[in-house]
Amino acid sequence: MSVQKTSPAVGDGWQRGGAQAVRRRVVERLVSVLCYVATMVVLFLLFSILWTLVVRGGAGLSLSTFIHSTAAPGSGGGLANAIMGSCEQTGLAALIGTPVGMMIGIYLSEFDQDGRIVSLVRFVSDMLLSVPSILVGLFIYLIVVEPAGHFSGMAGTLALAVLFVPIVVRTTEDMLRLVPRAMREAAYALGAPGWRVILSICLRSARGGIMTGVLLALARISGETAPLLFTSLGNLNWSTSLNEPMASLPVTIYQYAGSAYDDWVRLAWTGALLITVAVLATNIVARWWLTRNGSAQQ
Amino acid sequence: MMELPSTLTARDGTALDRNARGQYGDIIFGMIARLAGWSILLVMAGIVIVLVRGGWSAFSTFGPAFITSTAWNPISHNFGAATSIFGTLATTVVALAFAVPFAFGVAFWLVELAPATLARFIETAVQLLAAVPSIIFGMWGFFIVVPFMAHYVEPVLTHYLGHVPGIGLLFHGAPYGTGLLSGGLILAIMVTPFICSVMTDVFVSIPAVLKESAFGLGATRWEVMRKIVLPWSRQAVMGGIMLGTGRALGETMAVTFVIGNSNHLGWSLFAPGNTIASLIALEFPESAAGSLKLSALLALGAILMVISFITLACSRIFLRRGIPG
Repeated sequence: MSVQKTSPAVGDGWQRGGAQAVRRRVVERLVSVLCYVATMVVLFLLFSILWTLVVRGGAGLSLSTFIHSTAAPGSGGGLANAIMGSCEQTGLAALIGTPVGMMIGIYLSEFDQDGRIVSLVRFVSDMLLSVPSILVGLFIYLIVVEPAGHFSGMAGTLALAVLFVPIVVRTTEDMLRLVPRAMREAAYALGAPGWRVILSICLRSARGGIMTGVLLALARISGETAPLLFTSLGNLNWSTSLNEPMASLPVTIYQYAGSAYDDWVRLAWTGALLITVAVLATNIVARWWLTRNGSAQQ
Repeated sequence: MMELPSTLTARDGTALDRNARGQYGDIIFGMIARLAGWSILLVMAGIVIVLVRGGWSAFSTFGPAFITSTAWNPISHNFGAATSIFGTLATTVVALAFAVPFAFGVAFWLVELAPATLARFIETAVQLLAAVPSIIFGMWGFFIVVPFMAHYVEPVLTHYLGHVPGIGLLFHGAPYGTGLLSGGLILAIMVTPFICSVMTDVFVSIPAVLKESAFGLGATRWEVMRKIVLPWSRQAVMGGIMLGTGRALGETMAVTFVIGNSNHLGWSLFAPGNTIASLIALEFPESAAGSLKLSALLALGAILMVISFITLACSRIFLRRGIPG
């Protein structure tokens, strides 16, 4: 023990009591404590949101929420039309957006010979990824709703598709770039044409990651409110026609949360709980899928 | 060179056909892929053109004064963008003032301090916070944060900081709970996960040998972070912050719930205000097609587009250069 104490060790200044060493130690501890506090605060906020949703939203949750359409205050309506509208619009947007997004992702990763225009498409796609969603709503309003003269579920679907595509583009490109070069070369060596190599070899081996992107995109658009306000508007009655205004959960929540009626506010909380559970569950499944696929590939 | 495939396929006549079909397939596939890729340019150009054209009548009626005017009067048809631009920038600044330190704290904790298993779990939780829809933040803010601010935070702030020269101005006014401060706080919660996730990614990607040499010289974890990791990753961190800024600028629903929605310009953080996005969300449904008000709202949209595109473009440039490899 005594030998160790007398021999000068690396970082010995840390052990001694000089003013400099004390200051360094205090700063280190202080920063650590602050980081712990920051993390705790962020986690606390997440759980506060979830707790509020469960307590307030769970109170109004019943079977009639799912089987009745929205109704006048006091007459015990549900959210059936809003749930249906949300599913229809996000589902259709995903159906439109997935192939388009995948093709753009393929273009970005496989058509490097196009040079600058590929970089431009990538840049624009990245910008669209974070463009304020309300601007997309305005855009679709001006090119679809105004010429047609009425709000429609189709317009809402298109607005959501515009938000959906860039997310799929990003993941498709990233995943295709991970496909080993040897795999492509093997396919080419067997005489497969370029398009077969991309579709049957590259896309197939990247499908886990692309599915994750699609799920994340689905989660993102199913909570979007702003682009739907000016496109599908909302509908108080049951309607599945894409040519008419269509209800959706986020818009219904927006309209109900600000109202003066207790039962509408309660329904808004229930809707909020439903949509959050759906979005977070999709997210967790997507992430789990990615880690599982990632470990399977190794 | 060209003879090799033909000798290989000579035994089987169909192979040649298959090869030719493959080439047609490649041409068609290339066309589809290019069309898809270019369509996204079309959408972007469409957004720009349509918004600018829609806002043109407002721009031409009011001229450059549209940006500096604080008026918003649908009855006298007098519209200006200054209040909502100010509200947008002010809430974003408040949001960043809170979000950047918190995001850094969480990222530092995740990378350096947390046990590995716990870190993975917490990282997922932080990312889930980013996935919560903005309308939920709005409701939660409206029913939980606004009363809390009105009853506890704002009176205390006015009491202790309201008379400090200089910054006291920021904390004057009645504690409604709604206002720029509440809007900024909600935005801060929403953008923290984005900034944090970029920071975590860059902090992890620094070559281990750089950190190890600093540790070897006896540096503390904080000193390694401040003198090695941060200078090395400065650009990418800036990119992450810009990304968060872009989100905060355009956020609509969460802000609409808590900003108070009044066309008021002032330095008090407690005063209700509005942002470009919240003004559009509130007033657009009440605007008749072809009216000057609608055009003014579209002009606001065009301004928001310009502001956020500049921010996002900076973010992309920083991020691309900042993360090597």
